[in-house]
Amino acid sequence: MKASEYTGTLRRMLSYIRPYRSYLALSIAAALISVASMLVFPLLAGRAVDAISQWEAGPFFRAVIAMALSAGLTALFQFLQNLSNNRMAYLISRDMRRDLFSKLQRLPLSYIDSHPHGDVSSRMINDVDQVSDGLLMGFTQLFSGVLTILGTLICMLTVSWIVTLVVVVVTPVSLFTASFIARRTYSFFYSQSEAKGRQTSFIDEMVSGASVVAAYSMEGETQRRFDEINHHFSRVSLLAVFYSSLTNPVTRFVNSLVYMGVALSGGLSCVYGLMSVGGLSSILTYASQYAKPFNEISGVMTEFQNAIASASRIFTLLDEREERREEGMPELARPEGSVSFDSVSFSYDKSRTLISGLSLSVRPGMRVAIVGPTGCGKTTLINLLMRFYEPDEGSIRIDGRDISGYTRRSVRRCYGMVLQDTWIKRGSVRENIALSRTDASDDEIRRAARLCHIDNFIAALPSGYDEEISDESDGISEGQRQLISIARIMLSEPDMLILDEATSSIDTRTELLIQDAFARLMEGRTSFIVAHRLSTIRNADLILVMKDGTVIESGTHESLMASGGFYAELYRSQFAG
Amino acid sequence: MRILSFIKGYRRDAVLAPLFKLSEAVLELLVPIAVASLIDRGIAGNDPGYIVRMALVMVALGLSGLIVSVTAQYFAARAATGFSEKMRSALFRHISSLSESDRDALGTNTMITRLTNDSNLVQNGINMFLRLFLRSPFVVIGAALMAFAVDPHLSWIFVIVIPVLSVIVAAIMGFTIPLYRKVQAALDKVLSRTRENLQGVRVLRAFGKEEEEVASFAADLASLNDMQIRSGRVSALLNPLTYVVINLAIIAIIYAGRVRYESSLIEIGAIVALVNYMNQILVELVKFANLLVTISRAIASGRRIEAVFSISPSMEDADDAVEAGLDTDEAIVFSGASLTYRDGGEPSLEDVTLTVHKGEKIGIIGGTGSGKTSLVSLIPRFYDVSSGSVSFFGVDVRKWKRGSLRSMIAYVPQKSRLFSGTVRDNLMWGRRNAGEDEMRKALEDADALSFVMERKGALDSPVLAGGKNLSGGQRQRLAIARALVKDAPVLILDDSFSALDYRTEAKVRHAVLSDKDRTVILVSQRTGAMMSMDRVVVMDKGRVVGIGRHDDLLSSCAIYREIYQSQYKGAEAR
Repeated sequence: MKASEYTGTLRRMLSYIRPYRSYLALSIAAALISVASMLVFPLLAGRAVDAISQWEAGPFFRAVIAMALSAGLTALFQFLQNLSNNRMAYLISRDMRRDLFSKLQRLPLSYIDSHPHGDVSSRMINDVDQVSDGLLMGFTQLFSGVLTILGTLICMLTVSWIVTLVVVVVTPVSLFTASFIARRTYSFFYSQSEAKGRQTSFIDEMVSGASVVAAYSMEGETQRRFDEINHHFSRVSLLAVFYSSLTNPVTRFVNSLVYMGVALSGGLSCVYGLMSVGGLSSILTYASQYAKPFNEISGVMTEFQNAIASASRIFTLLDEREERREEGMPELARPEGSVSFDSVSFSYDKSRTLISGLSLSVRPGMRVAIVGPTGCGKTTLINLLMRFYEPDEGSIRIDGRDISGYTRRSVRRCYGMVLQDTWIKRGSVRENIALSRTDASDDEIRRAARLCHIDNFIAALPSGYDEEISDESDGISEGQRQLISIARIMLSEPDMLILDEATSSIDTRTELLIQDAFARLMEGRTSFIVAHRLSTIRNADLILVMKDGTVIESGTHESLMASGGFYAELYRSQFAG
Repeated sequence: MRILSFIKGYRRDAVLAPLFKLSEAVLELLVPIAVASLIDRGIAGNDPGYIVRMALVMVALGLSGLIVSVTAQYFAARAATGFSEKMRSALFRHISSLSESDRDALGTNTMITRLTNDSNLVQNGINMFLRLFLRSPFVVIGAALMAFAVDPHLSWIFVIVIPVLSVIVAAIMGFTIPLYRKVQAALDKVLSRTRENLQGVRVLRAFGKEEEEVASFAADLASLNDMQIRSGRVSALLNPLTYVVINLAIIAIIYAGRVRYESSLIEIGAIVALVNYMNQILVELVKFANLLVTISRAIASGRRIEAVFSISPSMEDADDAVEAGLDTDEAIVFSGASLTYRDGGEPSLEDVTLTVHKGEKIGIIGGTGSGKTSLVSLIPRFYDVSSGSVSFFGVDVRKWKRGSLRSMIAYVPQKSRLFSGTVRDNLMWGRRNAGEDEMRKALEDADALSFVMERKGALDSPVLAGGKNLSGGQRQRLAIARALVKDAPVLILDDSFSALDYRTEAKVRHAVLSDKDRTVILVSQRTGAMMSMDRVVVMDKGRVVGIGRHDDLLSSCAIYREIYQSQYKGAEAR
C-alpha cells in the first residue's frame, strides 16, 4: 500500500472515532492521571528506601502512606480508562458494521450478483473485529505508553541527568527497530486478510452446497481443495504471525541495553557520590517501566498494521459505486398500469449485448406472457422492470413516465413479484407472509394463506403460523416455498404483477385451485408472466415470444397459432410426449 | 479440551516454544541478581571495575535472551498456525461427514463462523498461550523463588501475593469466558443476517425492505454491543486489581524490610532486589492480562468448535458396510418407508411400498408437498427412514458404504447449485476423469452444448459461486449435464426440468431416457413427461395413491386424472 493510501485509511479510521470524542477525552484524562500517579510510586519507594538507610522514621511513614494513595489512584483511573476504551472500540465496530450493512442495501445488484457473499461477510465479521481489536489495543496502550515514556524521562531527570542522558540516546534505536518491523509486517497482514477472505468464500460455497457435495460424493475432492486453500492461509498466516512477533524480543533486547546503561551509569554515579542507592533503586524501576511501554507500543504496532489492512478492505467495500443517488427524486404515483419499453438495450457483460433495441408497449390491465427458450432474456426483462439493473440505452416508462426519473422504491412498489428462486426469511411463517405488508392483521394473513391453499400445510406444522422457518429449513418443499411467496403478494395486492415461473414447482392441481384467486388478483392489473407451462399462458392478452434478447413474435394465442411460427412449434411440443 | 489433540505433529514446536520462553525468563530473572551484586559489591565496595563487569554480564544476558526468544516466537507461530490448519481441516471434514439433518439442525452460518472466525481466535489464543501463558506463571513463581534466595524471611509476602493474584485471574476468567461465548453467538447472528440479506436481495428490494433490514440489523448489533461491553467491563478490572495488590506488596516489603534492616538482618541492596522482583511480577502480569482476554476468547471459541465436533454424525457407515449390491433385477425397493423431518411434525412420507426394476423408467407425480422429493432423497440416503426400509440392489441402503451407494446414483436436485470455477470444473464433479468428448455428449444431451460453446472460453468459461452468472434454465441444464457425466446406473431427476421450456424439456427427456440399461426416476409436475415412462407413481399427502402406466392411471386413479385434466383442459379442442 502506498503511503498516501495508508494515511487515507488512517484518516478515515479517525473519522469513526469523532462521535466518541468524549470517551476519548475521558480516556486521555484518565490515562494522564493514572500514569502520573503510577510514575510517582517508584520515586516514593526510593525515598522510603533512603529513609530506611538513614534511620529516619517521619519521612519513611509519609512516603509509605503516599505510596498507598498513589497505588489506589492509579488503579481507579486505569479502570476508568479501560472502560472508556472498551466502549469506544465496541461502539466504533458497531458503527462500521452498521455502515457496511446499509452500504449493502445501496449497492447495485450487479455487485451483489458478481461478488462472493463469503468475502463480503468476512469483511463484516473478521475485518471489523480486527479493526476494533487494533483500536482497543491502540487506545489502551499507545497513549498511556507514550505518556509513560515521557513521564519516566521526567522522573528520571529529577534523580540523575547523566543516567537520563544515557537513556535518551538509546531510545531512537528502539523506536527505529519497532517501526522497521511494523512496516515489513503490514504486507504480510494484508495477504493474510486476503487469504482469509478467499477461504471464507470457499467455505461459504461448500457448506451451503453440502447436499450436492454429498450427492456427488465429492467430500474427498472438496476436502483436498479446502486443504489446499487452508494450507495457503496457514503459510501466509505463519509469516504474518512470526514477523509481527519479532517486534517484542527485539525491543526487549534494546530495552535491556537501556537497563544496562542505567545500571552502569547509575552505579558509577553512586561510586562517585553523584546519586544515592535509593535513587538508583527508583531509577532502575523506571528503566524497567520505561521498557514496558516500548514493548506494548510495538505490540500495538503489529495489531495496528493488522487493523489498517482490515480497515482498507472495509473502506474498499464502502467506496464501491452505489446505485444512483435519488435525493429529491419524485415518487412514482400509483400507476394506471401502462408500461412501455423504448428501444432498450442492455448487457451484463459489456462485451456481449443481451438485449438490443427492444420496444414494446403494454396497455393497463393487460396480461402479458413472455415465452421463449431459456437464456433468451426473460429474467433480464424482469431485472429491468424492477430496476435491479438499469438499461444501457433507451428507457422504460410506466404511464408514460420514464421510471429512471423516480425513486427505485416507488417503482418497485408498483409491482408484486414472485420469482422462481424462492427465498424464505429466517422468522415465523407469519412474518414471512407479512413481508409484503407488515401491518397486515392475522385474519388477512390467514386469508392470503387460504387463497394459496397453503393453510392446511401451515396448520400441520408443530407451531403453525409461529413455526420458525428459514431458507435452509428442510421439510418445506420447493412448491410450498413458492406458495408462501405467492401468499405474500396475495396479501399486498400490488398494482401490477411480475410472475417469473412463479408456479414452476407447484403441481398443476394446486395451481388450478389457486387459479381463481390468481385470476381475481390479475383482474384489471397489468401482469408480466414468465412461464413454460403453456396452459397458464393461453389466456394472456399479449404473448411475447423472445429469442436471443429480442421479441420475435407477439400476439394472442390464437393469432400466434394461426401464423404457425416459433410459438406454434413450442406449443405443439408440449404434446409430443 | 479434545481439540487440543490437533497439536499432534507440532508437539515438538509446542514444547520447544515455551521451553525457549522459559530460558528467556530465567535469563531475565538473573538480571536483578546482577544488579543487587552491583550495588552491594560494586557500589558499597567502591569498585568501578566490578560495576563494568556486571554491566557486561547484563548485556550478555540480554543478547542470549534475544536469540532464545526469537526462536521461541518461531516455534510458537509454527505450532499455532499448524494447529489451526489441522483443526480447520478436521472440522471441515467432520462437517462433510454429517448427515443432511445434522447440518440442517446446526445451520449453515454456525458452521461458517466456526470454520472462520472461531478458528482464527483459537489460533491466536494458542500462539499467545505458547508465548506467554507458561512464561508468565514461571516468571511469577521464579521471582518468588529468587526472593526466597535473597531473603527467606521476607518471602512470605510473595507467598501471600501469588495465590491472591491467581484467585483474581481465575475469577475474572470465570466471569468472562461465558460472556465471550455469548459474544460469539451474537456475532453468529450478525453473520447470518448479512448472508440472508445478500441472498434475499431481490425479494427484499422488491418489497422495499431495505430500511427495515437496517433496523433489525441494528438491533442485532445492539445486543452484540451490549454483550461486548459487559464482558469488557469485567476484564477491565484485571489490570487495576493486580496493580493494587502488587504495590501493596511492595509497601509491605519496604515496611518489613525496615524492621529487619534496623536489626541489621538485611542489606539495602537486598530490599531493592525484592522490590525489583515484585516489579517484574507486575510487568509480567500486565502482559498476562492482555493475553488473558485473547485466551478467554480462544477458549470460548474452542468450546464452540468442540460442540460441532461432538455432534457425532447421525449416519455412519456400519463396520460391515458393503461396497456393492447384489446381482438382482430389483434396483430399488421401498418397503413400508416413512419419513418425519421434525419431531412433532406430520410425516412427510407414510408407508411407501414400491419396487423399481433395473432399467425401468419411473415417473413420480403428485401435488405440492405430497412427498415426491422426500421419497427420492431416501435413495441416496440423504435422510434415513423413520420406519420401514429402502434397499438398493438388494441391500438396505443403511448397509451400504455411503460413498459407494452414491457413486451408483446420479442425482439432480430441484435447486440446481453450481460452484465457482469453470464449466469444466462443474462437469468434473460428475466424474473426475471425464474426457472432453464425454462432457460434450452430456452437454448435448442436456441441451446445453450450444450456449456453453457460445460463451467466451466455452468449457473453460467461468461460473460464479452458485452459478449467479447463468440464467435459471442454463443452471438447470448444466446441473443435468453434470449428472449425465457421472454415467451412473441410476439417475434421479427431482423436478429438474422446471426451468426448461417444453421443447427443451422434451429433447432432454428423450436423451435421458434413451439408455436402455439405466434406471431412471423422474419427478415432475407435468403429465406430458409421464406418458413416456414405463410406470408412474402418483403421490398424495405422503402416500402412494396409484402406480401404473399413464393410460391405466387415467382410468384407475382419480388424482392422476385430475392432474392430467388440469394441464390439458381445452387443449384437445385447440
